[in-house]
Order: sequence, then C-alpha cells, then structure tokens
Amino acid sequence: MNQINRFSLHLLCFLLAPVLSVQAAEFNQVQADKSSLTFVSKQMGVPVEGTFHKFTTTIAFDPARVNMASARIDLNLASIDAGSQEANDEVIGKQWFNIKAFPDAKFVSTGVKSLGGNRYEAAGKLTIKGKTRDVTAPFTFRQEGIVGVFDGGFVLKRLDFAIGEGIWADVGTVANEIQIKFHVVAGSMPVRK
Amino acid sequence: MTPTRYATSAIAAHWLVAVLIFIAFPLGVYMHDLPLSPQKLQLFSYHKWIGMTVLLLFLPRLLVRLFVAVPPTLPAPAWQLKVAELTHVLLYVLVFAVPLSGWLMSSAKGFQVVYLGLLPLPDLVSKNAELGGLLKAVHQTLNLALFGLVGLHIAAAAKHHVIDRDATLRRMSPFGK
Ligand code: HEM
Repeated sequence: MNQINRFSLHLLCFLLAPVLSVQAAEFNQVQADKSSLTFVSKQMGVPVEGTFHKFTTTIAFDPARVNMASARIDLNLASIDAGSQEANDEVIGKQWFNIKAFPDAKFVSTGVKSLGGNRYEAAGKLTIKGKTRDVTAPFTFRQEGIVGVFDGGFVLKRLDFAIGEGIWADVGTVANEIQIKFHVVAGSMPVRK
Repeated sequence: MTPTRYATSAIAAHWLVAVLIFIAFPLGVYMHDLPLSPQKLQLFSYHKWIGMTVLLLFLPRLLVRLFVAVPPTLPAPAWQLKVAELTHVLLYVLVFAVPLSGWLMSSAKGFQVVYLGLLPLPDLVSKNAELGGLLKAVHQTLNLALFGLVGLHIAAAAKHHVIDRDATLRRMSPFGK
C-alpha cells in the first residue's frame, strides 16, 4: 500500500514537472512563421479581410509575473495584403499609409494586466503615419505544449491616424473602425533567477 | 378561357426585371474601369444589389411563367415562332446566369455580397484570384450574349408593333388593354 502511494507520488511529480517548470518560464521566443497579424475593414457594409506579411514581434510574457510583461510589434506597411491587388496599390499611397514617408508602424506596450482566467489586456502606444495614440488590446493566453499562444485584437479607428484622407475620409464607404487581430506563438526560455 | 393578354403578375415581373437590367448593364460597363475611389465602391455595391434583385426575382418570375396562363402565340411564320421561343428560353437562362456569375465572381474575388448593405449573403466559392479572373470573363461574355439577345428581343417587339401592327407588344404592355 505504502509502496503504491510512494509510486503514485513520484508519478505525479514526474507528470507535473514540465508544467511546473514552464510556469516559471517566460515566453519570449516568437515564432514568426506561426504568428499572424490580420484585419477586417468594412466597405459598404462588406467585411474585407486583410493581412500583414512582414512584422516583427518581441514579447516577454510570464503568466506568473504579468506585471513584468512587455510586447512590441514592428510592422512593415508595404507587406500589406488589403484583399485585392487594386486595394494593395491604393493603400500604400499618400492618402492612406503614405509608406514613402512612413514605411513602418509600431506598437510598444506600456503595461499588461490580468483580466482573470486566461484573459489579459495590453496597453500601449500605437504609431502609424507619424501619429501616436494609446490603445488597449485584450488578449487570451494559452499554453500548448511548450509554446504559448496569444490571441487578441482591438478596434482601430483609422481616422485617428489619418489613414484614408481626402475623398477616403468619408466613413460611409470605408468604415472608420478596422478590426485588428493578432495571433502570436512564442516558445519559452527558463527565467534566470 | 384563354387570356388575350399576359397576366398582371407576368407583366409586372417582365418590366421590373427589364428596368433593373437596363440600370445594371450600363452601370457595369461604366464602373468596371474606374480608378479606385469611394464612388467606385458605391457603384459596385449598387450594381451588385440591383443584380441580386434580378436573381431574387428569377424564381417567382419562372413560377409565374410556368403556372399562370399565357396568351396563345399570335399568327406568324413557323420559323419566327421558333426563333422567338428560343430567344425567350435563352433570355430566361441569361437573366439567371448573368447575376449568378456576378455573385460567383464576387465570392471568388473575396468580396462577400451584402445585399443592400444589410443582409450578408453566403460566399458561393472561396477566395481564389485565378477563378475570380475567369468568372469575370464569364460575367462579361454572358453579358455580351444578353446584350445581343435583348437587342434582338427589342427589335422583334418593335417590328411586330410598328410593321405588323399586331398585339405582341401591347399584350405585354402595362398600359395596353
Ligand atoms: C442583371 C444582372 C446583371 C447585369 C445585367 C450585369 C451586367 C454587368 C456588365 C455589363 C458589366 C461590365 C462588364 C465589363 O464590361 O467588364 C458588369 C460588371 C460587373 N458585375 Fe455585373 N451584372 C449583373 C449582376 C451582377 C451581380 C449580381 C453581381 C455581384 C453580386 C455583379 C458583379 C459585377 C462586378 C463585380 C463587375 C465588375 C467586374 C470587374 O471589372 O472587376 N453583377 N456587370
């Protein structure tokens, strides 16, 4: 009897070991090929999906020490796929992103807080087209084996960043609200004590 | 009792669809080469909504044609009756196939059709640029055929009305007696 108890205790420790060790780890090895940055714009009520192919994410996230977490996304605007070739040619232009003058956009977090359960919220500064605005992005975090998966998003108001000027400023055709979604997969490194 | 005129339902459906096609067609020709602008996006949407209305009206219209009594054909040479019947059948086919090809094209190009900006319709095929290009050519070709047949249809109606002075046009006319 005693024997069996000892055995099951060992077994339990053995099984829990990876979980426990991962808990004391920080997710900071972003796997770019598994991560994505997508958005949905609305044109005449029609949702149109788009994506950015080139962006660099730097994160440091330890679910046990959320207040220490940080994230930064650097985005190559020319890598946009806005749903069609015609749209791609248009949105890099002056009235939209003006990528000649502003090739990149960036998000730099100022803080992360827990919303309970697996839900969190990142606050930070988003800079597009030379304009910096505060944004908050709720996200979920879950562990899948040895990697952490972050899924979240927020609504960007394009006119806050002068994305779509002149004739495009009319939000009756292209809505002001753009739904941004991110999916980030990151491996962990043990935290150095 | 055999009617001498088309039923009110048939006349209403005929002219409603005719008006919609007479708006959708020139709109399609005008809009498709415009440089991207909010106006282009609006016109594309109006074109799609008008076209989808034609598609929506197709089934009730077909039911009317199949189940509501039609006035008997007027005396004419047999070959003319044959051509007329073939034209009418092909017109029905195209009035269905043209908007359907538009819907298919829109789906393939990755633009869902949201009827009147309110009612999202399902995508018939998933996004595929190559298929989108192909379906665009199909939409254009079918429209060309529609254009030719509508031309023939109008010419024939005019000939009956002006030269033969028979009731062909009058019995489909919303104003005739
Ligand atoms: C009675 C129905 C319709 C008629 C008579 C019609 C007619 C036309 C015509 C004449 C064109 C111009 C073709 C060209 O010169 O390139 C066009 C283009 C177009 N149609 Fe339609 N159409 C109909 C329905 C629809 C529907 C239901 C849709 C979509 C839901 C649609 C989507 C389009 C699109 C997207 C184009 C532009 C293609 C491009 O240049 O990219 N059409 N249509």
